[in-house]
Amino acid sequence: MSADHVPVRRYRPPAPLGGRRRATGSQSGRNAKALLFLTPALIILGLFVVWPMISALRLSFTDASGFGREEWVGLENYVKVFTDSDVFDAVTNTALYTVLFTPTAVIAALGLALLLNSPHMPFRSFFRTALFVPFTISFAVAAFAWSYLIDPQVGLLNYWLRGMGVQMGNVLEDPQLAMPAVAFVAVWKLFGFYFVIFLAGLQDIPSSLYEAARIDGAGPWARLRRITLPLLSNTMAFVLIFATIAALQTFDQIYVMTGGGPYGHTQTVVMEIYESGFRKLDIGFASALSYVLLIATLILSLVQFVFFGRREKDLS
Amino acid sequence: MSPRRGNRLREIRPGTVLATIALVVVSAIVLLPIAIIVFTAFKPAVEVNAFPPSLLPDAWTLDNVREVTSELPFARLMGNSFLFAGGVTLFALVFDSLAAYALARIDFTGRKVLLVAIIATLMIPFQATLIPLYQLVADLGWVNTYTGLIAPRAADAFGIFFLRQFFLALPRDIDSAARMDGASEFRLFRSIVIPNAMPALLTLGLFTFVNNWNDLLWPLVFTTDAEMGTITSGLTLLTGPSGIVPHGVMMAGSLIAILPLVIAFLFVQRRFIENIATTGLK
Repeated sequence: MSADHVPVRRYRPPAPLGGRRRATGSQSGRNAKALLFLTPALIILGLFVVWPMISALRLSFTDASGFGREEWVGLENYVKVFTDSDVFDAVTNTALYTVLFTPTAVIAALGLALLLNSPHMPFRSFFRTALFVPFTISFAVAAFAWSYLIDPQVGLLNYWLRGMGVQMGNVLEDPQLAMPAVAFVAVWKLFGFYFVIFLAGLQDIPSSLYEAARIDGAGPWARLRRITLPLLSNTMAFVLIFATIAALQTFDQIYVMTGGGPYGHTQTVVMEIYESGFRKLDIGFASALSYVLLIATLILSLVQFVFFGRREKDLS
Repeated sequence: MSPRRGNRLREIRPGTVLATIALVVVSAIVLLPIAIIVFTAFKPAVEVNAFPPSLLPDAWTLDNVREVTSELPFARLMGNSFLFAGGVTLFALVFDSLAAYALARIDFTGRKVLLVAIIATLMIPFQATLIPLYQLVADLGWVNTYTGLIAPRAADAFGIFFLRQFFLALPRDIDSAARMDGASEFRLFRSIVIPNAMPALLTLGLFTFVNNWNDLLWPLVFTTDAEMGTITSGLTLLTGPSGIVPHGVMMAGSLIAILPLVIAFLFVQRRFIENIATTGLK
């Protein structure tokens, strides 16, 4: 039924990611077929992602607490989000966490991928495997292990560093060090994922480009700056967006390691949502805060996509 | 400067030596927490809290393993983890690949809008919808059931996006030829696209399994009965406000929780890392 007439070729501008396709069958026929394929996933996403999102939006305008009838309170929750000092601190903390986590994880992943993409490296597959192993370990277990390693009394890492003259003290109780510590655990757990994605991106760069550059006398630094980084910009956009989303939504290891302490210094936005929604049962306020976070994430992702996506387009 | 036509295998460059040393140091730091979990799990309690601390145990013991398996219904929790993570992986692979096929290979009205909408749902913090989602699952009577754990995750935006990228890259000449011959869209999906997408499916399957196995908040919220929890959520019961469990026991529990995943990963790692190179994940 799909080949009932000869497809007519007509000009279509190539889709940015897709490429040109030949039209087969009628548009309504294709719509019906597509719907069949999409239905199961759309039911699940609609029921368990979109519907709760709409409910959360409604709740954000109420004083819902999980008990009794909720009253419509208009923009009150949103006013509180923008004026509450705890929220302000949580936003500052989340920004600090994102600034600590994202560049560190992305640069570590990129540097290691560049090293391990070279065929001259010995033990290449051992290192590749070793660097990815933390990604298979849960944040909860990672948090237990790192907390034990940096324990001020019996922590092995603490003891070794003291031997080298570095005094860490009680890191998780130190307002200056607690946030870098929880960000470090996230770098440890997640950089292997970004590393593997960079490796894949590097393998897509045709080696003929490097040969040509070498003949033209370009050194390693010039090759990195003129070939590798520009051709990697699509991969970079993907990794940066995912790393930023991971940073903005961070929860698990902070919950286990510090619980938001000391004195709220690791209290992030999602910790604040969890606390107000599940502990204080201020569901309306938690939902409003969720929506503000959602919109901030969306804007940030778009900015990154436009910035890095455009660079790739300029090249081709 | 290295000679351009020299035998590359015999060359040892100073840069390579430095890079190797750097990689050894980085790998040691990366593997240290795993080493501490493994060795502490077999350390007697006196050594765990001894000063100065050491990495390796002097005397090896199974006490910690015994204690943690008696404190928690371990076999049951591991079984739950397998059912939950395995069930989610199975359903998500089927539903995601069906949806991804339509998004990548059928030119339907509103394709772009739908794709953007699906990607947008990725940016929703899971905690943001948790309360209404819990209310919905409770209304369906699914709290403390496998259905309640699995169904809300039986399809996910990341998987759809990931497989769509891969399906786009598969050559299209075969399907237009097959379409001309009257092959149905489902036949194309099943006998052309899926067999060629095995690397992507394996990669996504592993990601999905790992993420669900490791998830903490999901089983904490949707199960109130300790018998229905997973190994990851069960472990945190040990550290809960009810008391602090000795480090040795915690590490023994952690070891058992991570063992299946680490072993599974080591088995498929070479193919897995190579697969990512051929998938749309970049």
